[in-house]
Amino acid sequence: MNSSSGAQKMHTISVLVENKPGVLARVAGVFARRGYNIESLTVSISEDPTVSRMTIVVTGDEAELGQITKQFNKIVDVIKVYDHTGEDLVEREIALIKVRATADTRGEIMQIVDIFRANIVDVSADSVIVESTGGSRKVDAIEDLLQKFGIIELVRTGRTALVRGEKST
Amino acid sequence: MNGAEILLDCLKREGVEVIFGISGGAVLPIYDALNTQDHIWSILTRHEQGAAHMAEGYAKATGRIGVCLGTSGPGATNLVTGICDAMMDSVPILALTGQVPTPMIGKDAFQECDIFGITLPIVKHSRLVKNVRDLPGFVKELMYVCRTGRPGPVLLDVPRDVAQATCNDWEYPETFNLRGYNPCFPVDLSGLAAAARLMAEAERPLLYVGGGACHAEATEELVALAERLDAPCTTTLMGKGAFPDGHPLSVGAPGMHGTAYANWAMHQSDLLIALGVRFDDRVTGKLSEFAPNAKVIHVDIDPAELGKNRRPDVGLVCDVKTAVRELLKLVEPKCHKDWNALIAQWKREQPLRYSQANGHVRAQHALQVIAEVTGGDAIVTTDVGQHQMWAMQYYPCSRPRQFITSGGLGTMGFGFPAAIGAKVGCPDAEVWCISGDGSFQMNLQELATSMYYGIPVKIAIMNNASLGMVRQWQKMFYGKRYGGIDLAECPNFVKLAEAYGAVGIKVEQAGEVEGAVKLAHETNDRTVVIDFRCDPEEDVYPMIPSGTTVHDMRLQPD
Repeated sequence: MNSSSGAQKMHTISVLVENKPGVLARVAGVFARRGYNIESLTVSISEDPTVSRMTIVVTGDEAELGQITKQFNKIVDVIKVYDHTGEDLVEREIALIKVRATADTRGEIMQIVDIFRANIVDVSADSVIVESTGGSRKVDAIEDLLQKFGIIELVRTGRTALVRGEKST
Repeated sequence: MNGAEILLDCLKREGVEVIFGISGGAVLPIYDALNTQDHIWSILTRHEQGAAHMAEGYAKATGRIGVCLGTSGPGATNLVTGICDAMMDSVPILALTGQVPTPMIGKDAFQECDIFGITLPIVKHSRLVKNVRDLPGFVKELMYVCRTGRPGPVLLDVPRDVAQATCNDWEYPETFNLRGYNPCFPVDLSGLAAAARLMAEAERPLLYVGGGACHAEATEELVALAERLDAPCTTTLMGKGAFPDGHPLSVGAPGMHGTAYANWAMHQSDLLIALGVRFDDRVTGKLSEFAPNAKVIHVDIDPAELGKNRRPDVGLVCDVKTAVRELLKLVEPKCHKDWNALIAQWKREQPLRYSQANGHVRAQHALQVIAEVTGGDAIVTTDVGQHQMWAMQYYPCSRPRQFITSGGLGTMGFGFPAAIGAKVGCPDAEVWCISGDGSFQMNLQELATSMYYGIPVKIAIMNNASLGMVRQWQKMFYGKRYGGIDLAECPNFVKLAEAYGAVGIKVEQAGEVEGAVKLAHETNDRTVVIDFRCDPEEDVYPMIPSGTTVHDMRLQPD
């Protein structure tokens, strides 16, 4: 939970960091100390193998997050920080959803999967695994629709994002 | 060469002349290398916390990086308080820690502890070196990060096998690539012009000067700016000495135990020129009502300080010395006769004062005598508590690096080891540690270090047989329900000093103060401990209770 009182808003923040030990803990520690819950955090390599890219989704007020961004910049292993709020982004995440599926329900599940342009990537006698890629809202929506069949387990990668167009972050 | 020898060679190239530390299993290779070289003085302390504070005292007194060393596990954790203290007060120290051999890391080996992980939130930067080839580059990077920009502690964790590994074809790098770290910002010309405009318009300007000004050693520039603007100047606990306390425009310290006139000046000012300060809660009290009439120019070398607590009208990311130099090119002389007359009137009406009745020893009086006898020229370190606030109020300083205290973390036990570190860095200076009976007992074991190595300092214990500041709060805010504060006039500090071979002097009457201080001043072959037996009922005034405003200031006992 956020302890401050300003207007709460969801922010997508990209943090480019040196691919070095401890850097994830340093970045996460800045949030932890202020009592923030990170909604999602992904870390991966970037176009430069010495640089990792973190995409962090967090809810908070503008001023508080501005201060957090400044704190990130103080970490020596942090190369650049971007708060993408208000920017035109391509945002994607992947969900793998293991759903209970009997002979009776499998057809309906496949229809939903088709509509969402998702894929069934594993089938067993009593279940299927659905893979869905898209913006977070789309993934939320398919998750909601599959709920009634019984979700056995679920994993989401968390949001990744790049700014549209030629501009690089 | 092995890793330990490479490490020391790199440190030598960085100008390191002394390491404060304690040996142990994981640092045996480093001590073996220390024992077979003669460039770096290895000082064996009696506790690693002492080593860390000595490194801080050395760094604060000289401006150079202080180095402390502890073995893995408890040696490393004992450094933690000093590292955190250095982080809060922006002190450049390098903490070297031994670590268990790399194959044993993460397996709960004997004396293993994840000091790299433990210290992540309290270091400016840190590295665990897993390959001896990385060692020179890491040292180079860490030392650069440590001393540049806003200084701070760095930590290098060295596993024993890395210290023992042989490497003969190494070089100390000339350059390094730290693309995420840039301590140099271009001077913001439009910001400077805006600041100069505010200065030209202001009618009640006030310089509010902090630790950043001490680090930048900007005294000359600050005096020139204050005189040019005819503006009074308040220096925080950390900024003490950056602007001479004896200057007519000085109004002393602001905040909880600052002078009444500094706090009233803050409250009535229409322009705060905040230089190397962080709007700490001990200065501002209730932030929303702090300096309500003032516009704010905030200069700090750390961008994260601008707007952290108080949103500035003009924020400049710059070191204080450069910023003030640039401003001096832009501002015209001003005259604020009415404003300064008002402040002079406040100074007359509500000066710092204390009762001298009944012949009791008063810490305030003892401090005035120490200032007199030393000509106000000694380096003064303090511990934390009432004596610290009285030292701030009653020992006038005239230069940066003269007043060495634990401000941000408020670490009792800081003062005495810091005095030893300061004396090592400035062997020709007279060094006084102003302490309390509570604080001194937190690191008194370093008497052995000071005596063994012949590092004589003077320790003035303002002994009120209690944790006086806590007692003061219990008296004022907790209905005099005293508890957890009684130090029971124990130990006998004179005998304690003598047990270590130091001089011990007990002072029980106000009339004995001067003789004792003079004896300490003249004793230069050993450490002197003066036990000033003070009245436990004496409290620190003025006081603005925590979280309140200048209107709640208490000027004297009820």
